[in-house]
Amino acid sequence: MDYSKRIEKLRKLSVETEPTLSIERALIETDFYKENLGKYPTPMLRALNFMEICKKKTIYIGDYELIVGERGPKPKAVPTFPELTCHSVDDLNVLNTRELQRYTISREDIDTYEKIVIPYWAGKTQRERIFGHVPDEWRAAYEAGLFTEFMEQRAPGHTALDGKIYRMGMLDFKKQISEALNKLDFLNDPEATDRQEQLRAMDISCDAVILFAERHALLAEEQAEKLGENMESLNSTPEKPDDEAGKELKRRIAELHKIAEVCRRVPANAPQTFWEAIQMYWFVHLGTITELNGWDAMNPGHLDQHLAPFYDREIAAGTLTRQEAKELIACFWIKVNNHPAPPKVGITARESGTYNDFTNINTGGLMADGSSGVSEVSYIILEVLEELHILQPGCSIHISHNTPENFLHAGCKVIGKGYGYPSVFNADAYIQELTRQGKSLKDAREGGCSGCIEVGAFGKEAYLLTGYLNVPKILEVTLNNGTDPVSGKFVGIKTGNPLEFKSFEELYDAFLKQLNYIVDLKIRVSNYIDRMFAKYAPATFLSVVTEDCITKGRDYYNGGPRYNTNYIQCTGLGTVTDSLSTIKWHIFEKGSFTLERLLGAIVNNFEGEEILRQTIINKTPFYGNDNDYADSIAVRVYDDLFAAIDGKPNTKGECFHMNMLSTTCHVYFGKVTGATPNGRKAGRAISDGTSPSQGADTHGPTCVIQSLGKLDQIKSGGTLLNLRFLPSLVKTDSDLSKLGALIRSYFSLNGHHVQFNIVDSATLRDARKRPEEYRDLLVRMAGYSDYFNHMNADLQEEIISRTENGKF
Amino acid sequence: MSLIFDIKRYSINDGPGIRLTIFFKGCPLSCIWCHNPEGIKSTKEKLYNKEKCLSCRTCVSVCPNTALAMTSEEISTDATLCTECGTCTEACPANTLEISGHEMGTDEIMKAIERESFIFDQSEGGVTFCGGEPLLHRKLLLELLDKCGKRGIHRAVDSSLYATEAIVREVASNCELILADIKLMDPVLHKKYTGESNELILDNIRMLAAEGFAFIPRIPLIEGINADEKNTKATAMFLSSLPGHKKRTVELLPYHDIAIGKHTRLGTIYNPNNIPMARPSDERIDRCVEIFKEKGIVAIVK
Repeated sequence: MDYSKRIEKLRKLSVETEPTLSIERALIETDFYKENLGKYPTPMLRALNFMEICKKKTIYIGDYELIVGERGPKPKAVPTFPELTCHSVDDLNVLNTRELQRYTISREDIDTYEKIVIPYWAGKTQRERIFGHVPDEWRAAYEAGLFTEFMEQRAPGHTALDGKIYRMGMLDFKKQISEALNKLDFLNDPEATDRQEQLRAMDISCDAVILFAERHALLAEEQAEKLGENMESLNSTPEKPDDEAGKELKRRIAELHKIAEVCRRVPANAPQTFWEAIQMYWFVHLGTITELNGWDAMNPGHLDQHLAPFYDREIAAGTLTRQEAKELIACFWIKVNNHPAPPKVGITARESGTYNDFTNINTGGLMADGSSGVSEVSYIILEVLEELHILQPGCSIHISHNTPENFLHAGCKVIGKGYGYPSVFNADAYIQELTRQGKSLKDAREGGCSGCIEVGAFGKEAYLLTGYLNVPKILEVTLNNGTDPVSGKFVGIKTGNPLEFKSFEELYDAFLKQLNYIVDLKIRVSNYIDRMFAKYAPATFLSVVTEDCITKGRDYYNGGPRYNTNYIQCTGLGTVTDSLSTIKWHIFEKGSFTLERLLGAIVNNFEGEEILRQTIINKTPFYGNDNDYADSIAVRVYDDLFAAIDGKPNTKGECFHMNMLSTTCHVYFGKVTGATPNGRKAGRAISDGTSPSQGADTHGPTCVIQSLGKLDQIKSGGTLLNLRFLPSLVKTDSDLSKLGALIRSYFSLNGHHVQFNIVDSATLRDARKRPEEYRDLLVRMAGYSDYFNHMNADLQEEIISRTENGKF
Repeated sequence: MSLIFDIKRYSINDGPGIRLTIFFKGCPLSCIWCHNPEGIKSTKEKLYNKEKCLSCRTCVSVCPNTALAMTSEEISTDATLCTECGTCTEACPANTLEISGHEMGTDEIMKAIERESFIFDQSEGGVTFCGGEPLLHRKLLLELLDKCGKRGIHRAVDSSLYATEAIVREVASNCELILADIKLMDPVLHKKYTGESNELILDNIRMLAAEGFAFIPRIPLIEGINADEKNTKATAMFLSSLPGHKKRTVELLPYHDIAIGKHTRLGTIYNPNNIPMARPSDERIDRCVEIFKEKGIVAIVK
């Protein structure tokens, strides 16, 4: 089968298959829990549950596939995780019928779910545990939209792997586990019992994925045998002894035997070939997203660096061609695309409307010894990315001082295509970020960025994103002395009637008090949730592949990894900066209007106050224009967010850090936030990550990067900058070089990340009118890519309203 | 001090790398297609964007010279009373009113340049002085060129070259690159469409070539004016006759009608005699490239 035909077939199937919900996992798990809950310590229960799923789930090997394995019974079939959050019949009906991000499910399956799954899990889910615990103040702030909580529906994940699974198989991990078990000291170690339970559970998890792979080997052989029978019947036609169909069957039979061989090698043993290396990762990926539904699925991290040794060895030995390597990477790419994000329950679907599950493959960057990570595999990945242009996985290029210009240029070329990726990261900056957090230099260099922009020590760290913080909403609450004007409920603390503030400093001080109150409120509950996962939903398989969990005998969720970070993701820096700038400039300095008038206008969503609103929009120093007045406010807010979050203890003896991103949450936050002092109307999206407010940056990208360059980004765990470019700015090779230079310029200011949307608004407007003609239009949106057609109207409008950096 | 009417950042079409382009107000020519018509007059001008106007009359009430009035549809300015003091533009909430042209001195401009210099370093870019006609501002221009030169910032000057040979030589000696506009080869047509004949311009180009100054000829390509076979051939012939022509690329800038909106805001009429002008077809542009190629000159379409 030639490369392009195979990839075309697999791609088509992946793109055209509509996501469905599969109740298989829920049924296996419900049966298992009914039978076994109470018989085993929790880690063992979880590991055996995982084993049960690996043993019983439907195995799928599709035609043309080389890399095999699906989480569900077929491509794009998404399982549910009732132990964490159990979908109601209503939820399933909504998912089945909603217009966007639909997951279809049969009436029969809904009935089965209602009869078997729902009644069993009532009162036993993580979500119920969490909501049963939270204090009223937390609930009030949460419902007002001051923050979100990631772990109420999905397990903590947000992780990426390092290179160990390419050097060690599950049998090697089992050996390590057995050594750790032998070393347990029940005489002196009060935790020896806990460690023993955890280690035994990890050992079972290794067996589970080996079994899962073996079942694929068996199915491949079964399929080969069936095809062999077909061959015989073909060959029995004497006139066509060896026609094309016959040849193709022969080739496929050989491939299936090869698949069986690969599945018996990995994940039990360390991979020896390029093919095995990819299949190894894929089994580990499937294992982690089957045991739990951790956020951001799973991520190979620096895939090019991991595959390069296999590639080089096999190319030198003549056992692999470049084209074959590319085909295997493309097969893997499509596999990731076959796995849409697990759907949420209740109304929170509003928070993030996408099938994207945020696997963000890193290319380039630095090796552990500080040399450049760019290899031939890096270029192959960029080719695959460009040729396939599918939703998942996300991909990013990582630029360091020693990254070859040629690689940056190759990345810019793909950016210029307008598919919305790759995003670009500053390896030199995030290595500093990681070392500031206490990682060793080597661990920092092996780290990178996963999900959207969050930084972590790949394979060695549990870095859990706990939820987004709606910073503009905190200002809104401040301006209402603790009350949420949207709901009328009291959600903050009393910080004084703003009309009595004598100075900007008084107002800012009140804002700071509210901010610290809200952050602490969130952290209290985050810490509780952390313990709930450690106690009830340990990730025993993920723990196997995360550094130090085995030697410590502790779970990924329980301080097992070498490093343990909790993040709070702050959104709306642009909106809050511009709002504060408006108040400071016009009310306390220029006297252009009174606070009373501004607050009155805000209550009425600027109805009848268009002149005031225009004055604000056009006559205020806004963030994103290299204007020191506005930027110094941004720096101040940024530093105060850092002070409020960074260093607050988590439950694992380490602490919280701050990062700045929003994914699509700035749209949800916008909906629950009334009009803001910067002239933004109620319900409109707030600004994302560290980007300027929509339309506030009127001086072009060089000023934007200088404004962002004033933030000490090294203190963060990642920031986000979204720049939208018209296609005309990236037409020629020389344009692309200039784009590369712009990126390097931003990175010379310690910028963490930048991504580009290459679109024009006319195209986007047209795409809204005639979605069927723009099915392949990908848009990069605050940290990931999605199809424009898949986005809801608010997101589409948000994209259109972003500043266009075009010119004639 | 000189009148500057714009400073553009991330300028990627006016010389190598990423550039900062500074627009000087005032031009000896008045090309009918000029896409920066607010750069022609060497005095401040008021622009009014009627579409954005909120009809709030703020400007009328703040004008110290009572030069403004609100008619049934729009704000009208009595030019005899208006001193372009800027009080109204300051006050206008929607930025409907703007003054084109701000007095700026060396220090202020250098500050803007230096803020971007780290980007020039990364992109091998620099500053481009443009207009209007920068050579009309000899004193300030030379000061800026001198300061930039001392800081090692790459300097380009985009000029009509409608200036004395002495000034052109002086400027060319103090910058790394001249972007030299060539509009038309026929002196009569040149006068008709730009207001002046082209002899001085062509002489200056000959001088630049003869004395080995680096320059890039730039041609606005306009169907109906200069994109025809005859003029293109004449231009190619002229350029190929210059010393060093084989190492020199020519930039072709296909016409666009962005200026219509600007004229509306200036209260002037775009192309009052309705001379037909259009962006040449892709085939025509290709043909022009071909004509230059025949004469051994590489033409790049911008």
